Amino acid sequence: MSSVPTHARVVIIGAGIVGNSMAWHLANLGWRDIVLVEKGVLPNPGGSTGHASNFIFLTDHSKEMAAFTIDSAHQYRELGVYTETGGIEVARTPERMEELKRRMASSLSWGVEDARILTPAEVKAMVPFIDESVILGGFYTPGVGIVDSLQAGTLMRQKAQDLGALTIAAGVEVTGIDVEGGRVRRVRTDAGDIEAEVVVIACGVWSPRIARMAGASIPLTPAVHQMIDIGPVPMFEHTTGDVGFPIIRDMDTNMYERQHGTGFEIGSYAHRAILMDADDIPSIAASALSPTMLPFTKEDFDPQLEDSLALFPEIVGDEKAGVKLAINGLLSLTPDGNPIIGETPEVKNLWSAAAIWIKEAPGIAKCLAEWMTHGTPEIDPHGSDIARFYDHHKTAQHIAARTTEGYNKTYGIVHPMEQWASNRPIRLSPAYDRHVELGAEFFEAAGWERPFWYGTNESLLGEYGDRVMPRQAEWESRWWSPIINAEHLAMRDRAGLVDLSAFAIFDITGPGALAALEHLCVNKVDVAVGRTVYTPLLNTAGGILADLTIMRLADDHFRVVTGGGMGMRDRKIFQDALAADGSAQLFGLWGPLARDILGLAADGSADISHKGFPFLTSKTVDIDGVRTLASRISYVGELGWEIYVPIEQGLRVWDALWRAGRPHGMAPVGIGTYAVTSRLEKGYRAHGAELELDFDLVEAGMARPTLKDADFVGRAAYEKQRSHEPAAVLCTLTVDDPTSSTGVKRYMLGREPILTPDGQRIVDAKGRGSYVTSAGSGPSVGKHLLMTYLPPDQAKQGTKLAVEYFGERYPVTVAVAGSTPLFDPDNSRIRS
Amino acid sequence: MNILVCVKRVPATGGRIVLTPDGTDIDTRYLGFTVSPHEECAVEEAVRIVEGRGGSTTVLTLGPAAAEDQLRDAMAIGIERAILLETDGRDWDPVATARAIVEAIRAQESANGPFDLILFGNESADSGGFQVGIRVAAALGRPVVTGIKSLAPGEGSVVARREAAGGGWETFELPLPAVVSVKEGINLPRYPSVPGRLRARKKEIERSTPAWQSGGLDKVVLRLPATETTQAEVLGRGAEAAPAVVDLLTRIGVLGR
Amino acid sequence: MSGPVIALVTSAGGGPDRASLEALTVARQIAAATGSPVEAIVVAERSSAGGAAASLAGLGVARAIVVEDDRLTPDHPDGWAAAVAQVAETRATSAIVGPGTERGNDLLARVAARLDLPMAANCLTVEPGATWAISRQRWAGSLIEDCRLTARIKVLTIAPNTVAAGAPDGGAAPAVESVPVTLTDADLAVHVTGREAPERGKISLTDAKVVVGGGRGVGSGEGFAELEELASLLGGAVGGSRVVTSAGWRPHADQIGQTGLRIAPDVYIACGISGAIQHIVGCKAAKHIVAINTDAEAPIMGVADYAVIGDQIRRRSPVRA
Repeated sequence: MSSVPTHARVVIIGAGIVGNSMAWHLANLGWRDIVLVEKGVLPNPGGSTGHASNFIFLTDHSKEMAAFTIDSAHQYRELGVYTETGGIEVARTPERMEELKRRMASSLSWGVEDARILTPAEVKAMVPFIDESVILGGFYTPGVGIVDSLQAGTLMRQKAQDLGALTIAAGVEVTGIDVEGGRVRRVRTDAGDIEAEVVVIACGVWSPRIARMAGASIPLTPAVHQMIDIGPVPMFEHTTGDVGFPIIRDMDTNMYERQHGTGFEIGSYAHRAILMDADDIPSIAASALSPTMLPFTKEDFDPQLEDSLALFPEIVGDEKAGVKLAINGLLSLTPDGNPIIGETPEVKNLWSAAAIWIKEAPGIAKCLAEWMTHGTPEIDPHGSDIARFYDHHKTAQHIAARTTEGYNKTYGIVHPMEQWASNRPIRLSPAYDRHVELGAEFFEAAGWERPFWYGTNESLLGEYGDRVMPRQAEWESRWWSPIINAEHLAMRDRAGLVDLSAFAIFDITGPGALAALEHLCVNKVDVAVGRTVYTPLLNTAGGILADLTIMRLADDHFRVVTGGGMGMRDRKIFQDALAADGSAQLFGLWGPLARDILGLAADGSADISHKGFPFLTSKTVDIDGVRTLASRISYVGELGWEIYVPIEQGLRVWDALWRAGRPHGMAPVGIGTYAVTSRLEKGYRAHGAELELDFDLVEAGMARPTLKDADFVGRAAYEKQRSHEPAAVLCTLTVDDPTSSTGVKRYMLGREPILTPDGQRIVDAKGRGSYVTSAGSGPSVGKHLLMTYLPPDQAKQGTKLAVEYFGERYPVTVAVAGSTPLFDPDNSRIRS
Repeated sequence: MNILVCVKRVPATGGRIVLTPDGTDIDTRYLGFTVSPHEECAVEEAVRIVEGRGGSTTVLTLGPAAAEDQLRDAMAIGIERAILLETDGRDWDPVATARAIVEAIRAQESANGPFDLILFGNESADSGGFQVGIRVAAALGRPVVTGIKSLAPGEGSVVARREAAGGGWETFELPLPAVVSVKEGINLPRYPSVPGRLRARKKEIERSTPAWQSGGLDKVVLRLPATETTQAEVLGRGAEAAPAVVDLLTRIGVLGR
Repeated sequence: MSGPVIALVTSAGGGPDRASLEALTVARQIAAATGSPVEAIVVAERSSAGGAAASLAGLGVARAIVVEDDRLTPDHPDGWAAAVAQVAETRATSAIVGPGTERGNDLLARVAARLDLPMAANCLTVEPGATWAISRQRWAGSLIEDCRLTARIKVLTIAPNTVAAGAPDGGAAPAVESVPVTLTDADLAVHVTGREAPERGKISLTDAKVVVGGGRGVGSGEGFAELEELASLLGGAVGGSRVVTSAGWRPHADQIGQTGLRIAPDVYIACGISGAIQHIVGCKAAKHIVAINTDAEAPIMGVADYAVIGDQIRRRSPVRA
């Protein structure tokens, strides 16, 4: 057993690929006194890294994950541990063939080079032992490769040691983590205590157990991934080098196959999800192979062998090639499938680097190290941020339900709007029963059940006819209804009542509130009581961290309202500055008749005239005996209010608004309108779509003419951004003709590449490719709308471009460059 | 030549053995199951003999329902038939085990004709009794040899060789039918092929459920030997340790000055 | 007072082998506990029986029993089993105790089968009583089983290298008693029909004072040349772990461990062996273990007395100088 230093600037727990990458990147950014604690032996301590298949496919539909993966491949290459083999995802079904076209589009969006679709014969030419009659085609990426992850770890440790930054303590087990005053203080080990300023948990499947020692929660579960290794394969006898053929992903059977040396490895994600508790993982000493290589359960795997046999009859069917190794390897699964990284919300200076696979580890480690060092990672990690979880996400029941449901989606065709089925409902609006009565189709956001559209609004379809832009193709009709567009039109014509339950609402109060908010927000928060401020938040590099509204309710009382998805993450941003709390129900009432309706419901309790209740102000309005806070604001581009109600009185207010509005033709309106169609027509930006760390406010068209006096986070960077022309400008595009080559109207859903009319990628001066940040119907303008960042040359009204969708290019035109709304450009409706 | 191979399902231990809280069994929650290396070789030997000269092969085990896995493993590399003497999972001592196997063999032989050769592993991996093969042979009145690392069946007899106690080899020639316990090293067992595995999945297994009995040796409890963990004295790193190694070997008396 | 405890003594190189002397230690303990004499049956050619009996002088053996049948040689396992069974039955024996070696286990299992008695193999401790409380090795010694033995005659083998062997002294040799037995042709049917002598000059792993063992870390069959050289310098033998024999780097006969050989040399030098429990049970009886391993945390370090961290000791080794 090694001895351990008594003090460290940072203790990294776990020396798998993640911990090793963290050690190197922190050292590289100048950290010293780094101690890497590992209970196993090096170089293979027995975690998931040791049995990983180690191949890297570069394309992912998620921008964030693709960015981490591409960066990781680059780092592995630099370390000299990357063997480029190429990889082919093969399709056995027409649906998968379509999906491969979609992966092709994502490759273009994220800049994966030279990817292309192959015919079965072309696949056969690269992989002579495949039975090409089983497949319809393939998606080939030449840059796919295999990494030696143990060697990579060794090299990264060595580089950190060469800088004099790293002490390695192997064979040392962490027995506790001490927290004092909400901050991490000390790591206890069986070789002595280490006083630590910062601690990083990089323990893979053991992370929940280690986090619990500090009272923090890392909601992942160990789960089994099965693989077998057969050989020696006579056909590979003369193969030189480790890998001579591209790796195959047999997507429709949830399997992968790869040659290595004279062996052939078959892995599967097709079997039932086999979950484990982190506390039940056997110790190193008690493990037959390693703690994360568990006994093979062949009853789970053998059915898949038939699939593998069908695709590779000459290899898998060879009587002379034996099954040499078969394991149930443990890996980490999370409820939403994303990694879990960042500072834990529970404990300051305790960081999670968990649920990270080989393909993304060095990229994520670099991002985390940047985040830990100066708070400004180059790749926006918000989808992986540990702070995204609500409490219900952290329960064992939720983790088990969602990981079980998600396991077989590993290679699945997952629709961008696809909803989870398990462990619902969790959070219900007080008006939930009303929504059910109205035939609501519920989508989940932050655990809330939100009506996406209402079945009883089907009657509106007749009213609007083709203006609802009916969809013909199954793909974009999935998780969609023309009723969404009918609700949109009804709201624009009359009024709509929206349940905005999923918004995260928290109040910030006290003498320090104003100063703290001014420090965080780009726009001036020190406004008159009753005013509402819409403001972005930046990081110090001027990247866009969040956008939200803040209502000043009193001198020292502010209410922050932000989207549910990132609500907890945003809350942590404020929490890190100040204590925060609050809970309220939120409804929205918008449309030309909104004032009439609110007037009826409020029954003279407040002056709601345009003059008495100006835009961007809030005040108390009593509705049916309930004291509500109304805020005149709009994300849909109509006159109207957000109405905040104590949650237990929410149903009463919903009913009162309903009674007042129904005779005026008010429709219940779902989130499909609120979050997509109406905001796109108005050019309103959304966090996670248009607003991410890698874009700035000037590019997003959100820079205001003047700058407030107070200092705020990111000010210096922002001022610099304002001083020169942006490298890209956010534009709204219309699809000129959505008709495909087979005569079907097709509607993009987002993340597709925007290309020149002749199909070339468009890349701006900062190296960012253009892709669709948001897409949706514009029923009031009669066009399908896309938002995208374009270089200044193209960002001009009238520029003709193309969008690639399922292997075809469709003509598009820049309708608006910048933030001018396409619909109601002078905002007369909002200000009426 | 008709050959029967008897195997025993045992946990695939690798690291430190963990016991159940009551100490009566190994905690197998995270362990796979296998048969002993000797038995893997016995299975391979049976398959090879029949591949070479024709005949039939049968594998038999006394064990829980899950021991079906081990029978299918044997069928995956080429054993044709399988017989499961299904137990409720309790330990059977060697006397009782041999009795149940003898009974099953007699039933099989009266239906299908005699087994020319019955193969066992030299000892089971877990209980290590070194006797079931001998007892079965005695009950059937057949010759038996143990520790065999080379087997050459001829017409009506089999030549079996094993390592002699002081080195070298000793040879036996047994008339058939005979019983032989083999040791690892007699061959290098093949891995099952995927087609073999898939065929084995679909095969029938003959089952019967003999009643548990005691033969006089009854397990009470298991325990781990007192740990004899030493703190090794580090003599040095790499070649620089050489002088210290020489000193040590001299001190112990295995290296003269 | 019950009948005698019979000790089965097998021999090696003209005298009783070490495992038999260890078993004799346990036989004496049982005899003391039950108030019985120890009688020994020495498995040897009849012509050498007298000498064999004399070699048990001072070991608490009351009588050495010589089996009267010239046809019986140590190469007849069933013949010996028949003889031991007959002796045991006629003398109201309470227990038969022998060495837990390949031969000892084979022979006593044949005796137990003939008499339809249970047998406890590789015992560690034996406590006579109404039922006998026994502890014995499972998993080649990685696990101990406490068990009860209920039988008319207790048939036991003693795990080698687990109890002290008494040393024969110059005291009076046990009385020799010649006992007639009836052996059928069937009893003599199984016998050694041929022998090959060990390779000339090769020291057997079980006899060697120094054993150099190689594991996965040696890297290849060729890698063993260096180990061979070290072994020959030290007058020792070379063995290997199961990984090594399964990979074909060494013949299977050289395997040390659960399914191979148990060795008890003065020094065991383990090179590149991580120390899986299956290997350790085969080498832990060595007086001194030196582990040479790049991994200071490998399990072998938990049983080794001395460690060298690193690769094998290479060229500059003064052992060669």
